[in-house]
Order: sequence, then C-alpha cells, then structure tokens
Amino acid sequence: MRFFFRRLRHACFLLFGVSILAFLFTTLAPGNYFDEMRLNPQIAPETMAALRAQYQLDRPLPVRYVSWMNSVLHGQMGFSFAYNSPVAPILFVRARNTLLLTITATLIAWGIALPLGVWSAERFGRLPDRLLSWATAALLVIPDLALALGLLVLTVRTGWFPTGSMTSLDFGSLSLGGKFRDLALHMTLPVAALVLSGLPLLIRHVRAAVAEVLDAPFMLAARGHGIPRRTLLYRYALRAAANPLISLFGFSIGALLSGSLLVEVVMSWPGLGPLLLESILSRDLDVVIGGVLFSTIFLISGNLIADILLYWADPRIRTESAAR
Amino acid sequence: MEVETPQSSQNMQPLLRVEKLVKCYERQNVFGSREKLLALDGVSFAVAQETTLAVVGESGSGKSTLGFCISCLEIPTSGSIWFEGRDIVVLAESERRKLRPQIQLIFQDPSNSLNPRWSVEEILLEPLNLKGKLKREETKQRAVALMTQVGLSSDMFQRSPAQLSGGQRQRLAIARALALEPRLLILDEALSALDCSVQAQIANLLIELQRTLGMTYLFITHDLAMAAHLADEIAVMNRGRVVEQGPAQNILRHPKEEITRHLLAAIPSLDNAERPPLES
Amino acid sequence: MVPILEVQDLHVSYRSSGEASYAALAGVNFHLMPNEILGVLGESGSGKSTLATSLLKLLPSNGNISRGSILFEGKDLLCAPAGELEQIRGKRISLVYQEPSVALHPALRASEQVFQVLAAHESAGKSALRQKTRQVLASLFPKEADRISNSYPHQLSGGQRQRVLIAQAIACGPSLLIADEPTASLDSTTQKEILGVMRTLRDELGLAMIFITHNPALLAGFADRVLVLYGGRVAELGLARTVLSSPKHPYTRALFQSMPQILENTRDTRKTKLPVIAGDSSAAQLPLEGCVFEPRCPDRMEDCREREPAVVNLGESHTVSCFKYGG
Repeated sequence: MRFFFRRLRHACFLLFGVSILAFLFTTLAPGNYFDEMRLNPQIAPETMAALRAQYQLDRPLPVRYVSWMNSVLHGQMGFSFAYNSPVAPILFVRARNTLLLTITATLIAWGIALPLGVWSAERFGRLPDRLLSWATAALLVIPDLALALGLLVLTVRTGWFPTGSMTSLDFGSLSLGGKFRDLALHMTLPVAALVLSGLPLLIRHVRAAVAEVLDAPFMLAARGHGIPRRTLLYRYALRAAANPLISLFGFSIGALLSGSLLVEVVMSWPGLGPLLLESILSRDLDVVIGGVLFSTIFLISGNLIADILLYWADPRIRTESAAR
Repeated sequence: MEVETPQSSQNMQPLLRVEKLVKCYERQNVFGSREKLLALDGVSFAVAQETTLAVVGESGSGKSTLGFCISCLEIPTSGSIWFEGRDIVVLAESERRKLRPQIQLIFQDPSNSLNPRWSVEEILLEPLNLKGKLKREETKQRAVALMTQVGLSSDMFQRSPAQLSGGQRQRLAIARALALEPRLLILDEALSALDCSVQAQIANLLIELQRTLGMTYLFITHDLAMAAHLADEIAVMNRGRVVEQGPAQNILRHPKEEITRHLLAAIPSLDNAERPPLES
Repeated sequence: MVPILEVQDLHVSYRSSGEASYAALAGVNFHLMPNEILGVLGESGSGKSTLATSLLKLLPSNGNISRGSILFEGKDLLCAPAGELEQIRGKRISLVYQEPSVALHPALRASEQVFQVLAAHESAGKSALRQKTRQVLASLFPKEADRISNSYPHQLSGGQRQRVLIAQAIACGPSLLIADEPTASLDSTTQKEILGVMRTLRDELGLAMIFITHNPALLAGFADRVLVLYGGRVAELGLARTVLSSPKHPYTRALFQSMPQILENTRDTRKTKLPVIAGDSSAAQLPLEGCVFEPRCPDRMEDCREREPAVVNLGESHTVSCFKYGG
C-alpha cells in the first residue's frame, strides 16, 4: 500500500510540474488569440486592449498561473475564445471520442500481437518467423501518415467505408442497432490505421520477450513434467516474459490520448488531436493547456498502472523476506 | 592426540585479525516495516601468515558475508578488521583503495565473475594494467608467467571464458587475483561448483601457491572434508558467530559443539558403503 | 523380474554451429530393475546430463539420437509419438532437474507449480487436484507445508526449492525418477537431508531411481548399483558396494584417490597434494580413436590407442570396459 501512495505522490508532483511547464511554454510562445484581430482594420485598438484586459492577458505570468490553477482546482479549466465556452466540456467530449478510437485500437492491437508474437517466438529463426519479421519491418518503415492516407485513398476509390467524421448526418434518427453500425463503420478506418501503425512494435517486443523465456531452464523442466504445449506457452512463458511487456502496456495506456493525433486529423475524426491543433494555431491558450494536462494525466496514469501491474505480476519485485 | 599450532604463528603478528565483527543488513519491506538481518554477530579470529584458515558453516551462517567484509566489498556495522596491523574498517576510502589489491576474493561461480565478452588475455591484462605502469611487452610476459603459474597454457589467450572448462575458469580467476600480488586470498566456496577430480587439481594448485608465494588463505566452504584437507585451523560458524575454532585435526577428531558434530556427520564418505547410513 | 528400463547401444550427438557433430553418448548400455537406485557417476563432459534428457527425449534442437533404443516397461520410447511422450513425462517417468534456483518458474507459487503437473496428467476435478497438491507437499514438508505452498521460489532456501522440485516429480506417482545432480548447489547438511528424502521415497513409493552425480561419496550407502560414465561411454558398472570399495577401471580408481578422505586416513595427509588425474575431461579433448580415457590413463598400454575396449564381465554383474581385464 505504501508503495502505491508513494507513486501517487510522485505522480501529483509530476502533474504539477507539467502544468507549470505547459503554462509557461504556451504563454511565452509569441502571439495571442487577439493578434489576428489586429490585422482587421475595423476593430479599434481600444477594443482589443479592453478584451485583453478582460481576459487578463496583460497580467504578470505567476499571477495568471495562480489564478488558472485556482480555477482548475475548482473544476473550471478556463475559457476557450474560439468556442466561446468553458474549456472542460469541450475537452471531455473530444477526449471521449479519442478514447473510443484508441481503446478499441489498443485492445485489437494487443489481441493480435500477443498470439502472433508467441507463435513467432515458438518458431524462432525458422521461415514463418522470418516472414513475419519482414512483414513487421515493412509496416514499421511506412510512416503513419502514409498508412492513414493510403487507407483513405483505398476507401475513397472503393467506397466501402465512410471517409471522415464520426457519424453520418442522420445519426440522430437511426435505431440503436443502426447507430451502433454507423459508428462502427466510421471507426473502422481510423482504428485500422492505428492498429497497423502500432502492431509492428508490439509484435517484436512480444516475440523477443517470449523467445528469451522459452530457452530458460524452468521451461525445460516444465516440459519434462509433461505440461501440455498451450499451458507452457501461455501460463508459463508469457507469465515469465511479462515484465517488459507490462512496461510496454503502460506506454500503450499512456498514449491513449496522445498517440492518435495524426490519424484523427487525416481522417477528420472529432477527437482531441484536431482540437489541440486548432487551438495551438489560433493561440487559444486555455484549451491547449487543458489538453496537455489531460494527456499528461493519462500518461502518468499509464505508468502508474504499469507499476501496479508489475508489482502484481512479478513476485520478486515485492521485497518480502525469505521464508527461512 | 592434540596437535600444536605452528611455531611461526606465535612469533609473528597475524596477517589478519578480526575483532567482534558485526554486520547487520536492514531491508525495508514494501509495507514500510524495517527488517533487520544480523549476518555477523561478533566474529573474532586471527590468521597467521602463510597459513590457511577454513571458515565452515551451513548456508545462512554468515560465512560469505564475512568474506565480503574482509575484502572491503561490504562495510561492517561495527568491529574491526586488522590487516597487517591496520584497521581497515576505520580507514578513509582512499587509503582503503590502496589496500584492496592485497586482499583478493575468488568466487564460487567462475562463469559469473569473468566477463564473458572478454578474451582470457584481456581478463588478465586488466589488473596488470591497473597495478603498474609497465610497458606492453613486460605486461605480456607477466601475463604468460601468471598463466604458467596456475597451470594454463598461454595459447588460450584468445579464448573466451565460455570456451574454458570449470576448472580452467577457476584457474584463470586465481591468475587474475595473483596479478595484483595479494597477501591474502579469500576463497568463497571456490571449489564447490567444480567436479570432484577438478577440485583435487585446484586444491593442489592452492597448496603449491602457498608454498612458493607464501600466500595466506581464508577458505570459506561448507565442505568440511576439503576444509580439513587444506586448512591449518578451522573456524565453525553458525548464525553469524564462530562457535568453535582450533587446529584442523582437533576439530575433526574431538568436535565440541553440536553443530560441528552435525557437519561432520554430514560429510559423505565412500566408506559408507560398508556402514549403514548415519542417523542425525 | 523384468527391468523397468533398458537402454541399448544409445548414441547421442550434438551439432554445433558450422562444425561437425560431436558425440555426447557413444554406445551406452544398462538396465534398471524396479525399485532399484542406479547411481550414474560422471563429471562434466561425460554425457551425464545428455543421458538424463535423452531418456525423456528432451534434447535441444541441435541434439540427435542417432542410434539405440530406450525400452521403458518393454516399450521403445524413441519410437513413441509426441503425444504419448508428453503423457509419460511427469506421470510415469519424472525428471528432477538440476539447479533448483532456475528450474522453478519465478512467478508462480510452489503449490501452483505442483498443481500444474497434476492438472496435466490427471483428469480429476480442480478441488480434488488441489487436495492432492496439499497431500504431496505435506509429504515433503511435514512441518511447514502451508507456508511453503504459498511461497514463491525466491523466498525459499535451496533445500526447500529442491523439495518442491521433488514434489513436482512424484505428484503423479511415477515408476521411474531421474535426478540430475539434485544436490549440486546445496550445502552438506542439506545434501544429506535430500538424500534421506529420496531414500524414503524409494522405500515408501517403490520408485526406481537414476541418480546422476559427480561426487562418488554421495552414492555410498544410497545407490544399489553404480554406473561410471566417461566420455559418453560406460567405463564400469556394478553393485555399489563392489564398485565403490574396489573399483576396477583406471578412471574410477583415480577418481576415488583424488578425493580427500579425511576421516578415513589415519596418517595426517593434510596439505599434501592429492593424486589427481592429469588433464581435463572436457569434450573437446576426447580422442577420436581408441579408448577415450587413454590420454589421461595412468595404466595405458599399446592397444589403448588403437581400439576401443569391449565390455568385460568380471562376475557378480560387475562389468568394466578396459584392456587391463581383457576386452
């Protein structure tokens, strides 16, 4: 338990530190939301000055940070100029959309990588394994952007899947089953892009971790006891190979909010990615900071979950006394 | 029949004298509670020059910790270790570093203590280069001399430790230790991982080196038979303390403590073929 | 009585990368009767571990059984299909692997590891199997079975881990137990304990056992017969009390002489050099022709370099492969 609380404390410090950095970087970046308006001759400089004062843009940095922190702790994450609404609801909606994509993609990717990696490790060095290695290397080399665009082109040509956004225009009028189907169709392309880009790394790591374990003496001893092959592979080998894979899984969780930006933008999926992109370009600061904070929370939670899983999965990490 | 201690050790100062050595390990449990493990609980003994003291005990008796403390790999919690008249526990680190080459440790598993990626030559050259600023040619000659001294041939220079047998690796470990010209060699179960006939070879080598180089040995083992064969004196350890100590023959023929008798009874002997198995 | 195991003319070789194969076992013959303990005496390079793994066909991918047969209860294991072998391993023939610190799965509790062996071979329900797991562990840990059951390998001492390995091996009630250096990494008192455990198992469960070690003293008072392995061949084979007290093969004699017999010697032989066998027994040095022991043999003769000696029967089921006695 103490272990958990210590990690939690570290996580809070980290979050605090990140919030300061995020605030600093975004506010110190040149320009602010109202710069565009300066080019517009119809808006008087006094109006702009008044607007800036209203949004506290000319107060010193630490003051702005403290007042922002204050409002965050009250659940208010600031105000978005572009959307003219509090930041929190916007973030939540977009984050939800992103999570829909990434959680599905992560589950599918791991679901494919684990058995494939184990299968490949069993046949280490032989032809089937080498073929798979080439395939994953090829996938690894193709940039995510090219993958996403490629899938987009494919679907535009064939018309099998809708080419953008999350739902059709008539989403509201569909039945429950229809809604489900519509969502699934829209999700297929972005999820496919995410899975394809994330799969090679996972497969390689699973393969490497399991291959290393398969040669261990306790595996031979288990074979000597006549333990059947499936149990050997999954209950014995995977369990022993879990350590590096759990760390990797922690990364997967950490990237749930941040890893899909490219795909979302290309496929016009209304997620956190495009929101962040717009806000950065238009200097909508509160949204940017809020988005960064959200992603960070996920990253840190991912690591925390990985640590807890490691603690649970590997008894050697729990330093208990020897039973002498 | 009592055997007298060798005359020389009564006149000269002992090379090594350990006084009330205590080593306590503290481990913090994940739940926050601290656990104390008393590995050494007031150990005292002395080793005369050019003799062998065997420290015998079961696993968990603290004998390996003793070896680590004396070779400066661990700092004792309290007590003193007098080496050539100086207490190495209270020395500053810089002074202690100068003393380290004089006390060398040979480990049980030579495959773990030799870098598998280095060749035999590189393994030997490392301590030689550390020791002095000899020229390359002289260093090479010294390396060849060391190999010959331990019974290895110099055409093994380019091999890696993995290509050597267990006995050869242990000889290499001894050669590496000798490169620093130590006065005291601590052998921590150095023979235990070897085959029986190889143990005899290495034991002979150790006897030879003691004779020619005047080495002093601290022989840590659980094998009382080999200890009795190699040692002048035996110290029996149990739970961090020395419970019995004396000349080897006395310990063998007239053991006083229960644990010593226990260890003696556990020695497997070929003669058991005629005797029924001993009951403990 | 029919032997439970008969090994005939077993030849096993390994292919090393690129180079030619080298023979780990070259013509091993012996048999084992039910309820008998056969001690296999061999040092590194003798092929003893190869013998253990090839009896269950568990050789690594570069190992190859080129000739011979292994008859277990009359059936040749080398001809058995893979599925049948999986059934035999752990259930009828068990292997107690060496090095208990690495032979147990690091992340599974002791009870789980024994349970898995039972689950692999017996078709009873889970609770019945758990009950049996408790029984097996209780028989090996009379005092602290519960604590050991819930412990992980890294929390156990060497002797305790060894007992867990033995528990795994006997869980399904095999008729043959192969123990490969089970006491190698243990201190002498624990060694004696484990030997006692194994003897009790033999007496109570009627197991036949093959006990592989490099230390001849362990076999005294323990094994019924002793087989001496050198260079992949059987040097000597006979009743334990005969082989251990009056060995005939030069290797066996030299091996026994090189051990410090500290209790038996009346003179003070301390710090004198032990008579050793010159050279090394690592496989790279074995001659390709003639007797394998010839380069190191103190009694070598002319014939020894040219031909391999045949097996000579010295009577009382004591055989030796040496030209000194004929061959």
